[in-house]
Amino acid sequence: MHNTKDTDYNYKVVRQFAVMTVIWGIVGMGVGLLIAAQLVWPALNVEPFLTFGRLRPLHTNAVIFAFGGSALIATSYYVVQRTCQARLVSDSLAAFTFWGWNLVIVLAAVTLPMGMTSSKEYAELEWPIDILLGLVWIVYGIVFFGTIMKRKSAHIYVANWFYGAFIVTVAVLHIVNSAAIPVTLFKSYSAYAGAMDAVIQWWYGHNAVGFYLTAGFLGMMYYFVPKQAERPVYSYRLSIIHFWSLIAIYIWAGPHHLHYTALPDWVQSLGMVMSLILLVPSWGGMINGVMTLSGAWHKLRTDPILRFLIVSLSFYGMSTFEGPMMAIKTVNALSHYTDWTIGHVHSGALGWVAMISIGATYHLIPVVFGRERLYSTNLVHTHFWLATTGTVLYIVAMWVNGITQGLMWQAMNADGTLQYSFIESVQASKPGYLVRLLGGAFFFSGMLVMLYNVVRTIRSCGQEQAETSPVAQGTQGYA
Amino acid sequence: MSGFWSGWVLLLTLGCLAFILVPLLVMWKVQRKHETEETVGHNFDGIEEYDNPMPTWWIGLYLAMFVFGFAYLALYPGLWPGYFDGLLGWTSDKQLASAQLRHTRQFQPLFDQYEAMTIEELQAHSKALSMGKRVFLNNCSQCHGSDAGGNFGFPRLTDNRWIWGGTPEDIKTTVMEGRQGQMPAWGPVIGEQRVRNVSSWVRSLSGLDIAATQEQLEDGREVFESTCSICHGKDAKGNTQVGAPNLTDGVWLYGNTQAQVEYTIRNGRNGVMPAWKEILGPEKVHLVSAYIYSLSHKKQKM
Repeated sequence: MHNTKDTDYNYKVVRQFAVMTVIWGIVGMGVGLLIAAQLVWPALNVEPFLTFGRLRPLHTNAVIFAFGGSALIATSYYVVQRTCQARLVSDSLAAFTFWGWNLVIVLAAVTLPMGMTSSKEYAELEWPIDILLGLVWIVYGIVFFGTIMKRKSAHIYVANWFYGAFIVTVAVLHIVNSAAIPVTLFKSYSAYAGAMDAVIQWWYGHNAVGFYLTAGFLGMMYYFVPKQAERPVYSYRLSIIHFWSLIAIYIWAGPHHLHYTALPDWVQSLGMVMSLILLVPSWGGMINGVMTLSGAWHKLRTDPILRFLIVSLSFYGMSTFEGPMMAIKTVNALSHYTDWTIGHVHSGALGWVAMISIGATYHLIPVVFGRERLYSTNLVHTHFWLATTGTVLYIVAMWVNGITQGLMWQAMNADGTLQYSFIESVQASKPGYLVRLLGGAFFFSGMLVMLYNVVRTIRSCGQEQAETSPVAQGTQGYA
Repeated sequence: MSGFWSGWVLLLTLGCLAFILVPLLVMWKVQRKHETEETVGHNFDGIEEYDNPMPTWWIGLYLAMFVFGFAYLALYPGLWPGYFDGLLGWTSDKQLASAQLRHTRQFQPLFDQYEAMTIEELQAHSKALSMGKRVFLNNCSQCHGSDAGGNFGFPRLTDNRWIWGGTPEDIKTTVMEGRQGQMPAWGPVIGEQRVRNVSSWVRSLSGLDIAATQEQLEDGREVFESTCSICHGKDAKGNTQVGAPNLTDGVWLYGNTQAQVEYTIRNGRNGVMPAWKEILGPEKVHLVSAYIYSLSHKKQKM
């Protein structure tokens, strides 16, 4: 099948993004660890630059865009070339996306602690950086779709449908939601006002989850799970149906972030209905991934990369069940504004997004660096257990905190007054914050193990060999 | 919302659901009935795809969600805003109003029973005071602290020192109607040197250490008498009629350092106590006022 040799692919940009995935992962999760510690020990807030309020957007931007984004771009460049049997359409444009993307991240890391923010969640960057980000993204789209157009096969592989939907929709979301009126170079105001601004923000926010953190990573799943398991994808028919219904429904779900607000009633109920239906196409991806393993379950015993991939699908299935449940208005009345939401986000972010990225990165690092295998499989096992333990501790702590807070805020005395003041619910949350910090520390230390393993893998022989080696066939040479 | 946009919502919603439902049903009909080892013939970098059917339980779940969705949109607003807002006639406004009505019916009599008693009389009623305390913790503690000990810019309520007066009637008026404490900005009027001088003078009134010459103090006194005394009084003991604090009693709402006092005089201060009449209603205000009064009158209560 390999009539295109590995050396014909542009692996340089994949290598760059793959290494930055690990590095930005450590930076972003490190900031997460710090702000988790600040919630346990408020004295750790150093004014003005290192306060929770300024570091929290830095954490979210670093893990979503720097870590997750690098993983998505690395794998999409890798997958699109290998499944289309075509080199990226332009090496210089690909290089521009790498340097442009990292410039955006560095600018974010400087401006957010300085307090420059548009105050839109997950879209805090000010307008000049937004424009740069938009430009880089459009070039990314040109590289990706240009390569698709060069493909040698008649069909387009399902992974590329998901990557493609992710690239197109994120461009639309970013451009529409970031529309703003600049006042100075570092300050702008949203082009929208009031409830309209809120619903556009959460149309963006929820579809950042839907297209960036779900569709993009499903693209990753559709390549790396069958590749690592060396099994055909379970059902092509299921791929088609769940792809189209996922992208058609996700775009409606944003209003569930604004239940019981000034948003009109009809928008809220429509958002809730679509969010509930969304459970089913979301699960389509999980079924296709997990069932791909049928006949190869024994491989989970020995292959920690496959474990990362399959456990990520389990967390994906769990959080895409939890999400629609939380979108039901009566459940939302309890869960909204509590730590439950934070737990839900992290079961997706740590369990699904990070784990599948880690698995995919472990898979492609030896290939793109021309190494036989990773430096140590045992260290991948170690990383797997650190990551899984950390995720479970994190989620459970936030569930307990969230339900505690929701119940405390609603508890009434015999005279109809509230039983607890807000600060009492904060005090009750402290043990959970400590457990969350511990979970975060587990997950973070796993990333350090990964960095060591990746560095040792890259250093295991000379760089020139990596540039010229014609033999890199993937870890198992399945083709 | 105009008829056009309302129809747009209807069309887009039904169109989207049909876009999903129709291919699902078609695929269900044409797909094979059992699992297979046959692939669809693609090969992408060594990855093949089986021609397996979509799991039946998954299709069932999908259809169940559609049934729920249509049922929900039949009962609640969503499908065709303004023209069809659900068979139940539900709105969030109505839901809130009925919850408030239920709450009022159930709990208001508990508060009403103390309406006829004066705040002084309520000091003997521990049950009334603890109800007042709970109202305080729910509504007032965010600024004044859960121990009513105050914060920067928010007065302490336990020391029997009152900016707007401490009689039961004064306290109740403060809670009912709110207060606007306005200290004008004097910096542009008297100039920076005299801001420093008058700050030193004011601080000297309560015996704080000051670093100022006799001349500067004398100048500060002159500024005070010609300007500040209009509100704060010749003796600087304040005026509860206009909410001008007593400057001799060692209580400082915005801090007592030279820099803080200078800031207050130079830039002014705006203190806002919201009006609670509409939010809590007079009966609850009555009880919370009794509780606040009790905080500085514990001895009399004994």
